[in-house]
Amino acid sequence: MTASAVFFAVLALTAAVASAEIPEAERRSGYHDMGSSVQAMQDDDAANPGTLWLLQGEALWDRRQGAAAKSCADCHGAVSGMAGVAARYPAFSTGTSRPIDLDQRINLCRTDNQKADAFAYESRELLSLSAYVARQSREMPITPPADPRLAPFLAAGADLFTRRQGQLNLSCAQCHDDNHGKKLAAATIPQAHPTGYPIYRLEWQSLGSLQRRLRNCLIGMRAEPYAYGAPEYVDIELYLMSRARGMPLEAPGVRP
Amino acid sequence: MDTHHKTDMTRRGFLVQSGTATAGAALVTLIPLSPASATSDEMAAAIKEVVGSAKLNPGKVTLDIPPLVENGNAVPMKVSVESPMTARDHVKAIHVFNERNPQPYVMNAYLGPRAGRASVSAHIKLRESQKLVAIAELSDGSFWTASANVIVTIAACVEDLTL
Amino acid sequence: MSNALIRMPKSAKRGEVIEVKTLIQHPMETGFRVGTNGTMIPRDIIDEFLCTYNGVEVFRLKMSSAIAANPFVSFFTVATETGVLFFRWVGDNGFKVEETASITVA
Repeated sequence: MTASAVFFAVLALTAAVASAEIPEAERRSGYHDMGSSVQAMQDDDAANPGTLWLLQGEALWDRRQGAAAKSCADCHGAVSGMAGVAARYPAFSTGTSRPIDLDQRINLCRTDNQKADAFAYESRELLSLSAYVARQSREMPITPPADPRLAPFLAAGADLFTRRQGQLNLSCAQCHDDNHGKKLAAATIPQAHPTGYPIYRLEWQSLGSLQRRLRNCLIGMRAEPYAYGAPEYVDIELYLMSRARGMPLEAPGVRP
Repeated sequence: MDTHHKTDMTRRGFLVQSGTATAGAALVTLIPLSPASATSDEMAAAIKEVVGSAKLNPGKVTLDIPPLVENGNAVPMKVSVESPMTARDHVKAIHVFNERNPQPYVMNAYLGPRAGRASVSAHIKLRESQKLVAIAELSDGSFWTASANVIVTIAACVEDLTL
Repeated sequence: MSNALIRMPKSAKRGEVIEVKTLIQHPMETGFRVGTNGTMIPRDIIDEFLCTYNGVEVFRLKMSSAIAANPFVSFFTVATETGVLFFRWVGDNGFKVEETASITVA
């Protein structure tokens, strides 16, 4: 295939995906698909179990760590300065020459600036800090960066979202673009907008990241999940955030 | 323990004895996936431990719980009792029981006139669709009750097959 | 790291009935679940929660395996005087967490 053929193929794919995207006025957070008792649990900070992670995130924000003996606050100041940050991740990282998600950004801060070990994916510490930072963007609209360097990764994410995979030969789009609002067993199929991450999922009885949720979906499709931190997850997240642009964030969300 | 469960136990015992070690190991992994659940008889016995021979009156108690939940791991429940909550006339305890979890107990809350309002909330676990019973024990020795049925559905896509 | 959250008014009028909401980090492992290797996961729960107000017990809860992970419990108490509410959660494997919250009563 020539270079121009690849270009047109990517263009055609992007156009096809764009046309399938849910129009902005019809975008609906999974919050609206769940029962009022779970909504109430999310809305009341004193009852939302995710608040427990926020408490720990608050403690970690001010704790000096690593060989550099720096805290997050030493560089970033008050956490309120993080407002809007979660709404524009994943973002392009020049160091890695590809987009990184918020968890990976936090870990880069640890290894590069604090000279500390990176937190493990899904560790209590990483989820706590990421929830604490994401909480500062609550009610703010998702605003993916207009960064041309992200384009190929966005296209890769769109491709992953629409590609059939796994033993059930399903794509993400078949459920979440084509059949959202319908039932899968007793559950309403959501539109799959990543508005509440990290979320407290009642099934998990814990806070968890979008990567964990994507892994969960892949297992449901009987596809082999990628390892935590895999670029595929970040590409899908990049696409999902673009697909959900304009929607308000609600972290830490609660979902069944 | 109900008769169905006894049958399972007997069959497991028989197969473990007569089968190969491999067959025995396979059974050990499969059978515990359905642990015993409390029965209405067990719930009745647990209630009798609290109430004794006293009369259980319907009324005064409001058991507030969603009739249908998408996940039984954390179900918001509120139990309120009509009471002036004075030194002479108050709620001493609020007990909650369930019919189909592995055990019939949910919680026993002990309060008094210092509460001001006889109302307790908690997030509870329900293994499956079932009936819940709340009982208020009053300072005059009387018992009042309310019950509610909850339908528990499960997600279509669960994270692990072992759950 | 133990982690508990108390939400209640910092001040109240004398005689006012206030709501006390509590959350605590705990797995509340029921003792009835099977692990991936086929063996039962041992029970690990909080079985008692206590609240005293200036040293006097105002609320006590006996908890079972039927209380959700990261237990949320809320109850009411009369704001009688300025002072300290003390909270204690006790459970399996030596679990014990204590917290306090102050209230000013005018």
